[in-house]
Amino acid sequence: MRLLTHNMLSSNIKGVINGFPLLIQAERVVEKQVDFNPDFLKNMFSKIDWKALADASKTMGYDELPDEVPDPSVLDSQEFLQKFHHALLELHLEEGALVCPETGRRFPVNKGIPNMLLHEDEV
Amino acid sequence: MPPRIAQIRLVSSHPQVYEPCDDSYALVDALLADRTKLLEHHPTICMEVGCGSGYVITSLALILGSEARNAYYFATDVNPYAATVTRETLEAHGVHAELVTTNIASGLEKRLSGLVDVMVVNPPYVPTPDEEVGSLGLSSAWAGGENGRNVIDKILPVADNLLSDKGWLYMLFLAENDPLQICLQMRDKGYGAKIVVQRSTEEETLHVIKFWRDPDIQMEGNEANLTPKTAPQRGLEFLLSHISRLSFRERQ
Repeated sequence: MRLLTHNMLSSNIKGVINGFPLLIQAERVVEKQVDFNPDFLKNMFSKIDWKALADASKTMGYDELPDEVPDPSVLDSQEFLQKFHHALLELHLEEGALVCPETGRRFPVNKGIPNMLLHEDEV
Repeated sequence: MPPRIAQIRLVSSHPQVYEPCDDSYALVDALLADRTKLLEHHPTICMEVGCGSGYVITSLALILGSEARNAYYFATDVNPYAATVTRETLEAHGVHAELVTTNIASGLEKRLSGLVDVMVVNPPYVPTPDEEVGSLGLSSAWAGGENGRNVIDKILPVADNLLSDKGWLYMLFLAENDPLQICLQMRDKGYGAKIVVQRSTEEETLHVIKFWRDPDIQMEGNEANLTPKTAPQRGLEFLLSHISRLSFRERQ
């Protein structure tokens, strides 16, 4: 699971109001090289919740993103785009869990696939 | 060179996962038929709901290929084995999609709302007793409840929420699902509809229907009955007459 996907997931348990972002419990993180595509990054920048991405990448052992939402002018910087690219697409949570920030419920991640299935009493 | 699609010999399998069949081929044929339009559409987020073996999402990624540079793929399935098998199928073809084991798009609906440019669905469409719907195993791939509509009717509002303003939905239906009624229902939500592929076998008649948000249709809703018929409306009438002709032919 890439951090872009983490950025699009929220806790789906019935009654949960603040289900985003899910906290990451990382047991195994892998890095996979992905083709660098500035257009894609510029397109995704406005759709990403920056703080969730910066915090998630830190949990995954990558501490290069600014904590505060950067000014869109940084999108002209190759150096920034490279870091954004790496955090968003190249860090994979292979084994671990995503934890609902409100209820503490763990959603397991195995073989890079988060399991968001709910129990009957959570739907 | 013709565009590539997933190769059956590279599609992974598991006893609890639905294997590619006529319906899967019909859906991929529809995507192939629309390839040029899809490339001109410049999709970013593409998503398959109910990816099963991974045959369709892998084919979509191959069909769009490197020409759709900004395309990013998500795939979900309620069956955990299906997500794993899809991952293997994708890897065997050297393409990537992000996988989530979930019911339809649960967990993705808030943040992906209005962001999906292309959505592809081969739903469980087989009419069955309602009790058979809702398992997490193999039958989740086909058991569709009364008229096969149980899960389809849950997916359509989710699709409406996820699709972007320019979003397209490709969805497969069985004649018994009453695709005409589905098109009318989607029309009320402002969607145009078109049959991309129609395929009849001895056992079943399949339609792949493409839906898109049509601003003219919503406008007509506001000015009910006052405006002359616009092109999209004629398009719908064509579609409806086409479907009724098909069902007429089936009765022969």
